[in-house]
Amino acid sequence: MLPIGHYLFLSAALFIIGVIGVITRRNVIVILMSIELILNAVNINLVAFSRLYGDVAGQVFALFIIADAAAEAAVGLGIIIAFFRNRETVLADEMDLLKW
Amino acid sequence: MLDKVLFYIFAGLAIASAALMVTRRNAVHSAIFLVTALLATAGIFLQLRAEFLFIVQIILYVGGIMVLFIFVIMLVNLDVALQQIQFARQKWVALIVALALSAQFGLMLWSSGKTPGQGIPVLAAPSASELPANSEAVAQSLFGTYLLAFEIASVLLLVAMIGAVVMAKKER
Repeated sequence: MLPIGHYLFLSAALFIIGVIGVITRRNVIVILMSIELILNAVNINLVAFSRLYGDVAGQVFALFIIADAAAEAAVGLGIIIAFFRNRETVLADEMDLLKW
Repeated sequence: MLDKVLFYIFAGLAIASAALMVTRRNAVHSAIFLVTALLATAGIFLQLRAEFLFIVQIILYVGGIMVLFIFVIMLVNLDVALQQIQFARQKWVALIVALALSAQFGLMLWSSGKTPGQGIPVLAAPSASELPANSEAVAQSLFGTYLLAFEIASVLLLVAMIGAVVMAKKER
């Protein structure tokens, strides 16, 4: 295993790219994909520390995060489909029903 | 040595495809590059000797979640979406947030070398041959210590399934 700093750096880079994606993109589907990327970056940290300490708990937590990501994707995409059926758009800045 | 080469290959692949994912205009291209990034992360997991998580990442993330994403991208009208501007006018906000995050992470990585005992731990990891069989260890932990969390996660998945069906159902 390489020094833990390598993994932390990779994870931080993926996290920042994901945050930039969430802020700059207009398409809600791509925003959801960026959130998946962020969750994935967190998983790298958990698994790296699990390896460092020789404790498997980090991998179990990464499993739970993957399950959460699946649930989030299912519900989020369901909301997107329902919204697209009503408003014919998937762009975040056109979702302004509650704004007046 | 092999460890190092594998890490740099997978890390470079992950960062490059993540950057491409954020910058491509076409949502399908973004999805394909996200698949590459997730596969590269799976490679990192394998390099960290987390074999079970490697398989789960490929089957569940790449096989399940990404198929769902591409399915929805195909379902919404892609031709209309491509004509519109794909990037919000928030470049400066994004730049500031990215710089702040980079400064934070950079400070953390830099300061850990300065003050021993704080920041990043520098202890040596156990060698690969000392580790127990990975799937076995994960199963022991998952169905022993974290049994309650496991059951709650399964309830969460059930709720998400029902929620997705209710959301996507046609109004009558």
